[in-house]
Amino acid sequence: MVEERNKTLEEKILKKTPTGIKGLDDITYGGLPKGRPTLIAGSAGSGKTLISMEFLVKGAREYGEPGVFMAFEETEEELVKNFASLGFDLDSLEAENKLAVDYVHIDKSEYEETGDYDLEGLFIRLGLAIDSIGAKRVALDTLEVLFSGFKSEAILRSELRRLFRWLKDKGVTAIVTGERGEASLTRYGLEEYVADCVILLDNRMEEQIATRRLRIIKYRGSRHGTNEYPFLIEEDGISVLPITSLGLEHDVSSERVSTGIERLDTMLGGRGYYRGSSILISGTAGTGKTSFAAQFVKAACERGERCLYFAFEESPDQIIRNMRSIGIDLQPYIDAGLMQINATRPMAYGLEMHLIGMRRLIDRFEPEIVILDPISNLTNVGTQIDVRATLTKLIDYLKSNTITAVCTSLVEEESIEGIGANAQGVSSIIDTWINLRFFEHNGERNRGISVIKSRGMGHSNQIREYLLTDHGIEIQDVYLGPSGNLLMGSARAAQEEKEMAEAIAESQRVERKKRELETRLRALDAQIAALNSEFETQKEELDLLITEDEFKAGALEKSKNRMALMRKADEPE
Amino acid sequence: MTRNEETGAEETRISDSEELKTSFEEALEKTEDGKYILHLYVAGMGPKSVQAIENIKRICEEYLPGRYELEVIDIYQYPILAKDGQIVAAPTLIKELPPPLKKLIGSMADTERVLVGMDLKFKNDKE
Repeated sequence: MVEERNKTLEEKILKKTPTGIKGLDDITYGGLPKGRPTLIAGSAGSGKTLISMEFLVKGAREYGEPGVFMAFEETEEELVKNFASLGFDLDSLEAENKLAVDYVHIDKSEYEETGDYDLEGLFIRLGLAIDSIGAKRVALDTLEVLFSGFKSEAILRSELRRLFRWLKDKGVTAIVTGERGEASLTRYGLEEYVADCVILLDNRMEEQIATRRLRIIKYRGSRHGTNEYPFLIEEDGISVLPITSLGLEHDVSSERVSTGIERLDTMLGGRGYYRGSSILISGTAGTGKTSFAAQFVKAACERGERCLYFAFEESPDQIIRNMRSIGIDLQPYIDAGLMQINATRPMAYGLEMHLIGMRRLIDRFEPEIVILDPISNLTNVGTQIDVRATLTKLIDYLKSNTITAVCTSLVEEESIEGIGANAQGVSSIIDTWINLRFFEHNGERNRGISVIKSRGMGHSNQIREYLLTDHGIEIQDVYLGPSGNLLMGSARAAQEEKEMAEAIAESQRVERKKRELETRLRALDAQIAALNSEFETQKEELDLLITEDEFKAGALEKSKNRMALMRKADEPE
Repeated sequence: MTRNEETGAEETRISDSEELKTSFEEALEKTEDGKYILHLYVAGMGPKSVQAIENIKRICEEYLPGRYELEVIDIYQYPILAKDGQIVAAPTLIKELPPPLKKLIGSMADTERVLVGMDLKFKNDKE
């Protein structure tokens, strides 16, 4: 009885059809409702056609489910051409009977309505297409075109209701797209026919930059991500960015790579960064963020590794010249093909395009190390959330390829709160975070470095002073002032000198003490010698006394014996 | 109104403007050049289909006696023709010839609209 109930419950649980679209299956927890229609609403150019086509192509390629694309807006030829750029070869999919495309041409001016009609023609064509390839997936893009072609809304509405019922009966998983309306979700209220799943696409202009978002408005019988998720149109299709579900499956390396600065290695548990980790170097203007990155590049190139340097602020020549001033010559590495500097101003493209371009370069160059200098410039082309999403995506990609990423970030304010707020909100995806800042004291600005965090290693928690010298970055010894605060710049130098003088004085004092002690020792030695000789004299005297005594005793005995002999005494016993 | 069409435009359209008259004459001349090739796509033999067939036959006999060819296609039997003919609604009547190609949908019950659709009468004429 119980078993039976469980079984029926399991049967009742909504089955899902994976879309194969990156990220979308994560936020829908498995895909679209199987065997039911899903409505995708969005304004012109928001990616409705793309998402529906990718659903079919991925279905055909990856899940063995053929699909029918019924196009109301673009002809088959246009679709084939448009999707070729995304690597979707619609022609060959059609040749393999994995895809059927039917372009439905509707032109308002052509029809003369002469009485009662229905849309049986549409049903028959759809049925034909589905049956001809055994389709499991259907996309209708954009169904609303019907409303511009037919005058009788009453007929259309009843036919639409019939269409959705018919699609369900056919058991196909369908995507229906609809144009975004002013007051309602779609211009003609298609949402009232689709009860199961509604997804809204949005292409918004924010600060003159277009950003695409996706939101699941409803998903009956299933939990789903409720946020607005940014999505990108990449060279191989759509990619939705559910930040929380990204990138936690890659293998991690426990290999360590030197930072190029010996004492920074020491600060990071003695051995530098982890290979394949992400490093953020944040700091105010002029703290030497690029220098730290260049120092790392130098060390890597010396090891024979390949570095790809994305410069968002300076030109390659400028970087090379500037780094020469601190004794780092990058030119030989570029000549040797170990290093490549790619300089672009992010405002030239949107974020999406930027990410695509970077991915392509990374794939082509196959670097071990990637530098992003500085990521704070990306905010020029996107909002905080988009930059975060883009960076997450990029860093995730780098991590999965065990590429070590060094990002620099300009911090506006020299305060701890400032660091947190200005790190582009990426701190959670960063493994090692080094902060550089100026310390103003005694009319000086001195540079200080600290490790804010470094996952998976014991790291120094001390702020250290560093200098940009003509032979690279030097991290200085630690000098603490009387109240325990770190001494930097001339204060450090003064302390250094003071300590030096103290040391000299100390050593002189010790020398003096030593001599004093030595003298005393020598005096003691003399005393010991004198005592020894006295001892000897005394001993000699004693010995003499003893000998004399013995002699006397012997003489006495002898005379006694002689007397006895003379008195003829008995021999003693 | 429709009755008068049969007898000839010149007599019945006197009240209309010169412009309309000439354009109507032109249209009439065109139709006299060749035959009307008509394809009627129906979905099965339901009431709408039967009605449409009866109506269009009646109109053709009335207005184009001997000057038309009507072919009725059941898209249930030949679904591929629905695709090829870009058929969405049923019934759909396609006037293949003479040009321009015209599509009429519905049960052909509104004779006025059928005539307009087939260029046998202009939209302005109804008003």
